[in-house]
Amino acid sequence: MVPATRLGLRDVVDEAVAGMLARPGRAGLTVLGTLLGVAAFVTVLGLTTTVEGQISNRFTALVATEVLVQDTTDQPDAGTAFPDDAEQRLTALNGVRSAGLFWEVADPGPLAARRPTAQEPGENLKVLAASPGYLRAIHARLSSGRVFDTWHDAEHQRVVVLGSGAAGRLGITWIDEQPAVFIGGTPFVVIGIIDDVDREAGTLLSAVVPAGTAEAAWGAGTGTRALIDTEIGAAQQVGDEAPLALRPEEPNRFTTITPPDPRELREGVTTDLGTLFLTLAAVCLLIGAVGIANTTLVAVLERVGEIGLRRALGARRRHVAAHFLAESGTLGLIGGLIGTSVGVAAVVAVAYLREWTPLLQPATVLPAPLVGALTGLVAGLYPAWRATRIEPADALRR
Amino acid sequence: MTAPPVVEFARVTRSYPGPPPVRALHEADLMVNPGEYVSVTGPSGSGKSTFLNLVGLLDRPDGGVYRLDGIDTAALADADRTALRGRRIGFVFQSFHLLRHRSVLENVKLALIYTSVNRRARTALALETLDRVGLTHRVYARAGHLSGGEAQRVAIARALVNRPSLLLCDEPTGNLDSANAAAVLALIGELNASGLTVLMVTHDQQVAGRAHRSVLIKDGFLR
Repeated sequence: MVPATRLGLRDVVDEAVAGMLARPGRAGLTVLGTLLGVAAFVTVLGLTTTVEGQISNRFTALVATEVLVQDTTDQPDAGTAFPDDAEQRLTALNGVRSAGLFWEVADPGPLAARRPTAQEPGENLKVLAASPGYLRAIHARLSSGRVFDTWHDAEHQRVVVLGSGAAGRLGITWIDEQPAVFIGGTPFVVIGIIDDVDREAGTLLSAVVPAGTAEAAWGAGTGTRALIDTEIGAAQQVGDEAPLALRPEEPNRFTTITPPDPRELREGVTTDLGTLFLTLAAVCLLIGAVGIANTTLVAVLERVGEIGLRRALGARRRHVAAHFLAESGTLGLIGGLIGTSVGVAAVVAVAYLREWTPLLQPATVLPAPLVGALTGLVAGLYPAWRATRIEPADALRR
Repeated sequence: MTAPPVVEFARVTRSYPGPPPVRALHEADLMVNPGEYVSVTGPSGSGKSTFLNLVGLLDRPDGGVYRLDGIDTAALADADRTALRGRRIGFVFQSFHLLRHRSVLENVKLALIYTSVNRRARTALALETLDRVGLTHRVYARAGHLSGGEAQRVAIARALVNRPSLLLCDEPTGNLDSANAAAVLALIGELNASGLTVLMVTHDQQVAGRAHRSVLIKDGFLR
């Protein structure tokens, strides 16, 4: 009997490469589909990881270390629930870096850099009353001067620290000559200008006066809150302890707003973004696969004569199938390799532009070219099957 | 011991269901012995293509016996028929069927990739065969850049490279001018003179006249 015909693996690869090189333009366009799919796949997964990391970083740095304590009493004449030494009590808690009370002064009058007149009554800016710890808790950074301290607070000194936005509105840019601002007609010495803060950004558009001074000038405040800056990981515990520390006999007077558990938040973000982006990536890959399937099918129909020739030369149906599957798989692999590179580059570029740290999981990047190859193989299944159904006698007649 | 006939047709029949149903070949008998040069002629629609497909193992008969090199092909599975076709039959087509984007050498080597010839030996075998058809100077030319005569000689080299028992030619000069046609026929004649069995299907009586023996096919009957 005559030995069976065979097709070695190297021959399969050689023939696939030769088939692609015979039509480089078409091969390039076919690769483009998978390339875009895999690039989208790697990009969205890479960006998901990067954004997760970014959220985690910001969350850890700021949100996770912030606790807000509010008085739950809704009666204005009930008096403040916070004791006089509230700042000291809160600061004494383990895990607290700084804490301070603050409230917005109701109707303090307009602010002006000169004594207000009927023609120039001044600017309507927010006036915050705050204990000294508040400015530390919001991470106030000064462009000039200093912040007030417990002495200013206790002695009801008429001093004010301006946020950069408020200072700009009042035309005060430097304080070497101790300029004064008039709040409701009462002069206050400007001792510092806040350049930036990490929390309570509204402070930048406000004038901040010591809490004791504000009480002396405008009476006890309403809506008093305590802002606590904690160590990383201490927020939950500080939030539990703060009401007891402030008012052991009546802790229910307070509600605390603590950040959600970072692990839960992160998992939530991961799940939501991951599902969305994976769906997008899958759609991209599907489009790429349809592109390959379409092009390979067209190639099969165009190369009917070649298929007939190969069959006449001894190729079995499975050899013809292997030939077209190898072509589509190789196209997918090339698209996968280039797409992975493009995806990685895109993640790094976005991260660079947004000043993030790019994070790419090896489990995402390394199998991506294989995902491309697999896409190509799956896309080539139907065209390859069609190729095997072509009868050599019919094919050679064309 | 006497070698068996290369081609042995006994009452071979082939019909197509249609519609309308067509009996393309009627109980055809033919014997082609080793070293013979036989032409099969006939007008269009006479059954030449059906005959060629059956001899080339590209199609199966409905009835009768077809032996190639003494092997009864009726009982063979597809894979065995493919192997027999790849190893024992060399095809030469009217339209050459070359891969235009590949070199002459690669086109000839294409016939060797399915027949388990090791990769190193392929180039030597292909070059040797190209020398035989007088194309050593065009080895690295692209098939798409060849003249018609050159292209047909490459196709003949591809048909010969596996050392087949039978060279099966389908209108080998149909796409050639008279000068190239004469050169190709001369080459086929030389190959036959060296012992190769040739079966040529053509409608051209002049071409058929080059064969030692001519068989007429008309309305599916072989005479």
